[in-house]
Amino acid sequence: MAYKIVTSQCTACSACEPECPNNAIREKDGTFIIKPEKCTECIGYFDEPQCVAVCPVDDTCIIDGVYPRYQAA
Amino acid sequence: MQQQEVGIDSIKKPGSSMDDVMQQMAEHKGCGTSGGSGKASCGSSGGQGDLAPDIWEKVKNHPCYSEEAHHHYARMHVAVAPACNIQCNYCNRKYDCANESRPGVVSEKLTPEVAAKKVLAVASTIPQMTVLGIAGPGDSLANPAKTFKTFELISQVAPDIKLCLSTNGLALPDHVQEIKKYNVDHVTVTINMVDPEVGAKIYPWIYYKNKRYTGVEAARILHERQMLGLEMLTAEKILVKVNSVMIPGINDDHLVEVNKAVKSRGAFLHNIMPLISAPEHGTVFGLNGQRGPTAQELKALQDKCEGEMNMMRHCRQCRADAVGLLGEDRSAEFTVDKIMEMEVSYDLEGRKKYQDAVEAERQKESDAKHAELAEMAGEFAAVKVLVAIATKGSGRINEHFGHAKEFQIFELSTQSAKFVGHRRVDLYCQGGYGDEDSLATVIRAINDCHAVFVAKIGGCPKADLKKAGIEAVDEYANEFIEQSALRWFKDYLGKIKSGEFVHEARGDAQIRQGAYTPESAAA
Ligand code: SF4
Ligand code: SF4
Ligand code: SF4
Repeated sequence: MAYKIVTSQCTACSACEPECPNNAIREKDGTFIIKPEKCTECIGYFDEPQCVAVCPVDDTCIIDGVYPRYQAA
Repeated sequence: MQQQEVGIDSIKKPGSSMDDVMQQMAEHKGCGTSGGSGKASCGSSGGQGDLAPDIWEKVKNHPCYSEEAHHHYARMHVAVAPACNIQCNYCNRKYDCANESRPGVVSEKLTPEVAAKKVLAVASTIPQMTVLGIAGPGDSLANPAKTFKTFELISQVAPDIKLCLSTNGLALPDHVQEIKKYNVDHVTVTINMVDPEVGAKIYPWIYYKNKRYTGVEAARILHERQMLGLEMLTAEKILVKVNSVMIPGINDDHLVEVNKAVKSRGAFLHNIMPLISAPEHGTVFGLNGQRGPTAQELKALQDKCEGEMNMMRHCRQCRADAVGLLGEDRSAEFTVDKIMEMEVSYDLEGRKKYQDAVEAERQKESDAKHAELAEMAGEFAAVKVLVAIATKGSGRINEHFGHAKEFQIFELSTQSAKFVGHRRVDLYCQGGYGDEDSLATVIRAINDCHAVFVAKIGGCPKADLKKAGIEAVDEYANEFIEQSALRWFKDYLGKIKSGEFVHEARGDAQIRQGAYTPESAAA
C-alpha cells in the first residue's frame, strides 16, 4: 500500500511534498521520504500518484514491494 | 542537508521612520539624479534605447535590464525555490538547476528567513546591491509559499530593494495578484517557443493540475499559460522580460516568431541566451550532442530581433544564488554560516548616498562617450569592428589581461559603441580542450575582435595576440571603456584612411561551455 522514494536518486527538490494528498512525504536527512502507512498511492484522490508525476528524476518514486497494493488492502 | 531556522526578529532594523524612507525613495527617482536634462540626455545615454520614460525609470538601476546599470549596480539571487513543475531538456535537476538560464550549481538551499537575513547582510556590505531575484534552482512559482514569504520579509526590512522573479510561466496566471501585492515590478518569463511542435522538442513533460502531461499536449498547455501570464502581467503594468534559450536546429529561426509574440503581448525586453550544453552536465541536450550556438550565430539572431524590440546582450547566465555585479560572484563571502555571525544593521541613508555617487560617475562616463562620437560622425559610416574589454566593473578598463575571467565585447562604429555581449574564458579547460594553454583559450573566445583592451599585459601574450591578428591595447588603463574604445577606433580609421593598413573582417568566436561556479571564479 505504498510508494517509496529511492533516496540515492532524490534531489531533495521538495516538489513532491506539498502535492501528496495524504501528507505522507517529509524531509529527512537531506532527502525526502514517504511514510508507508499514510500513502494510499493517491487512490481516491487522483488518477496518478502525485509524487511520481511531479518528481524530476525517473524511477525515484516507486512502488514499495514490501507492502501489498492499496486496493488489495 | 539540514537548514538553520532563523527568526526575522534576529534581523536588526535601523530606526528610520517610514516617512524618511518614503522621502528618500521619492528623491531617488527622477531623471534629475542622472544629471541630465530630461528626455534628451537620458534618451541618448545608451542605456535607455527606445524605452518609454516610465519604464526607464523603473529599470535604470537594474543591472539585469539596463546595459549601463550593469556596470555599476549589483543584484543577488537567493535559492529558496528548489521545486519545479516542468522538465526542460537543457536542465538536469538530478544535480542542480537554475530556472531558465544555465546548468546550475546552487550550493545552499535557504529558508525564507535565512534568505532575508542574507539579503540584509549583503545589502549592508555592498551598497550598490539594488535588486533581489528569486530564480530557482527550480521554478519560483512552483514554490509560491517560499518565494512570497521571502518577498514579504524583505519588503519589511529593506524597502528600497527591488524584487524580481523568474519563472517558466506554467503557474504564472495563478500568482499575478500576489506578484502585484508584493510590489514585484520585474518578472522574467522563459519562453522558448510559441509553437507546441517546437516545444515538444524542448520540454519532455509538465506537471499541471495534478497530472503529468507529455509531448505536444504538454507544450501546448505551457504555451497557453505563458501567453496568458504575460498578458495578465502587462495588464497589471508589471514589467516583463522574456528569456529565450537559443537551441540551434530546434528553435533558432523560430525565436524570431517568439520575439514578435512576446512583444505584441507587452514584454519590454527580450534576452536571447545561448544554449549551454556539454555531456558532463547530464542534460538531455548535453547527452544527445545538441550543440549551442556560436557567438556569430547568436549575434546574428539578436540583431535580427533588435529592430523589433530591446534586446539584452549583457546577460551572464548567472548562478541562481549569485551575489554581486554581473560577471562577478561574491557568494562565497555570504554562506549561511558567515551570515549567521554577521551583525547586520541596514543603513538606508548610506546606501542612498553611495548610489548617488554611482549615478554621477555613470553620467560622466556617458558624456565622455558622446563627446568622442560627435567628433567622428560622417567618416567611415559602414565600418564596424568588435573589441574585447578586460574590466572589473565601474565601466572602466581596469583588469589585467592575465586575470580576466571574461571579456566584454563592444561593437564600434562611427554611430556608437554598443555593448553586444561578453565571453567567459575561465572554464574552457572543462569544455574539452584539455591542457591547452589559456592564451589559446582567450584567442578562441575573442577571435572575432580586432583588439583587446586591458589595464596591463605582458610582452609575450601581446606578441602572440598580434600573430592571431588581435591588437592588445594597454594605453587606456583605468579609463572609461566606451570613450577609450572610440578613441582607438578613430585612430584605426585614420590608419585605414592613410593606407597604413586595410580593414578586414574577423572570423567567428566560440561561446564558453560550462556554468560559472565559485570554483571557476576562485581559479
Ligand atoms: S503515491 Fe500519492 S499518497 Fe502516496 S506518497 Fe505519493 S503522493 Fe502521497
Ligand atoms: S520530487 Fe523526487 S527528487 Fe524531488 S524531493 Fe520528491 S522524491 Fe526527491
Ligand atoms: S524550468 Fe528551470 S528548473 Fe524547471 S526544468 Fe526548466 S530549467 Fe530546470
